[in-house]
Amino acid sequence: MADAAVRCLRDGRLDGEHAPALAVEGSLQCCPLAARAMLHVVATVATHVAAGKAQARGLVVVAFDRSPEVYLDFMRRRGLDSNSLGRCVRILDCYSDPLGWKQNIQSQQHQEDNGTPYSAKKDNITIFRSVKAVDKLLCSIIDLGTGFEGEGKTYFSVAVDSISSMLRHASVQSISGLLSNLRSHDQISSILWLMHSDLHEPKFSRAFECLSTMVASVKPEVVDSVYGEERIGNISFLEHNYSKAKFHVRLKRRNGRVKHLYEELHVEGYDVKIISISSVSTEVNQSLLPKVQFNLELSEKERSDRAKVVLPFEHQGKDEPIRIYDGRRSLPEAPLDPNLTTKPPLDEIKAPKPATAKGEIHYIRDSDDERPDSDEDPDDDLDI
Amino acid sequence: MEESGGGDLLSEAMCSGARVVVVEDCVEAPAAFVLHLLLKRALAGGGGAALLALAQPFFHYDRVLRKMGCNLSMHRKSGRLHFFDLQAFPGATRGGSIADSLAQLYLAVQRVVDANRTEGNAARFTVMIDDISLLEVAACGSANDVLDFLHYCVTLTSEMQNCSLVVLIHEDIYSSEDGVELLLPLRYIADLVIKAAPLSTGLAADVHGQLSVVNKGMLSEQRPAKGQKVWNFHFKVKENGADFFYPGSRH
Repeated sequence: MADAAVRCLRDGRLDGEHAPALAVEGSLQCCPLAARAMLHVVATVATHVAAGKAQARGLVVVAFDRSPEVYLDFMRRRGLDSNSLGRCVRILDCYSDPLGWKQNIQSQQHQEDNGTPYSAKKDNITIFRSVKAVDKLLCSIIDLGTGFEGEGKTYFSVAVDSISSMLRHASVQSISGLLSNLRSHDQISSILWLMHSDLHEPKFSRAFECLSTMVASVKPEVVDSVYGEERIGNISFLEHNYSKAKFHVRLKRRNGRVKHLYEELHVEGYDVKIISISSVSTEVNQSLLPKVQFNLELSEKERSDRAKVVLPFEHQGKDEPIRIYDGRRSLPEAPLDPNLTTKPPLDEIKAPKPATAKGEIHYIRDSDDERPDSDEDPDDDLDI
Repeated sequence: MEESGGGDLLSEAMCSGARVVVVEDCVEAPAAFVLHLLLKRALAGGGGAALLALAQPFFHYDRVLRKMGCNLSMHRKSGRLHFFDLQAFPGATRGGSIADSLAQLYLAVQRVVDANRTEGNAARFTVMIDDISLLEVAACGSANDVLDFLHYCVTLTSEMQNCSLVVLIHEDIYSSEDGVELLLPLRYIADLVIKAAPLSTGLAADVHGQLSVVNKGMLSEQRPAKGQKVWNFHFKVKENGADFFYPGSRH
């Protein structure tokens, strides 16, 4: 589900910092999948926004590659009703008439026959007609974003689809300037964009990766090692790559550490599903076990002993108060704990012992913020 | 083996919902016959078409299609085929830039499409460009202007139900670096790529080449039967059409 990235986008910015930014990248080898991953993430962010779970009160989609209807349809299929769409989603339509040609035609037609006015667009779609003017584009995005209702300071998120199309009309400098301006604007909660990496020189896509805090790259599952890409003759590879892809996420944490997440992307009907590879690999491990020469299976008794080990995350059902270590003083009760003084803490799996023996691991949470069993780094906010 | 002829395998591979079809060919295996087949199919069943011809004059298409059993002159007279003879494009620019003449060309195309729409015609309408490589030459090599023009043509297909765009490009004239300008963006906007290539095993008397069809459409209605996205088969071009068959199914 690309959870980590979506969580960052949902939680938004901290005061005085730049907004978190996600760059979704893909190449032609898995072309529709990168775009679909983008749609998926945008719709997920929109659902969070509509449910009020996100910092942002609204989402502005800057649509270059696809018609706004595609976005609205997709969000409707994901379960957003028209009410919340109208409340939380605004689309800046740079697709229908990016250079103003149609407007010119209309004005000419109006001179000729004063003809029928064009079909009025819906409320949440605004047509933008001069994509070459990046300054105007920035103003329009911010105008749209500040229009969301809400008390106090209302934040909003921005999704750009795609940077590659913008780069056809404007220079790298101006577009990266636009993105950094957006990131530093104090009402923008988060920003995400799509980029087709093979349409540009590698240095350009890297320049945009530097602007982001998260990079999600969609890579083909299978690559022909002999011919590289685009060898259409090899059909089985292509067929495979169109239904499944690797989804690599790189998260830059605030303390400068980088975290890599390897996930897989599957096509499921109109939507895509992103699952972490670890869950797949454990299934594989289980099925592989019997093939080993040695006995790696646990006996019934070992199994029951292992089940007796109380896991360290909570005092499970033992009626003890949950103590939280605040980092300043040692806990008064801690030395009194008989398990700590008399026995050394036991490791995860206790070797078979007499039936009365029981394993226990002591663990005290640092704070209430840390959820039990969370994969977050507990030292993430440590300021050294 | 006639049951697999007559474009059946091609129609099976092409789903009806594909809006942007890109036909790629090369010198050894020209794919003009695919355009002729698609044009014939577009005009069959009461549909309309606009043909932006840069490669050949009208008489060429007229003669080829007549052998295939489709009278283009008649369709042109009845207003179902709109033929844009662009061999001299952009002849009369009067000092304007190439972007202006492309905008004028788009204006003409949109008028045709709008006229078709206001007539309440629910049948299919196809805009066909033969070929985009020559349009790039006419645009003095400015791929960006050509892509702008193409983008506007693509917007037509999303504004209107039942409108599709068919573009021919000679992919072998773009090297890997040049392709970034026009060929790769074109593959990105395509819902369906039909690629003609010579046989990998060399020349054969009764097989003229192989055709790969790749469905890239995102929407479920753009999927062909059986959910298969990539098709590969051989073709043989004949006077009155073309035969399509799976490799090895014919000797």
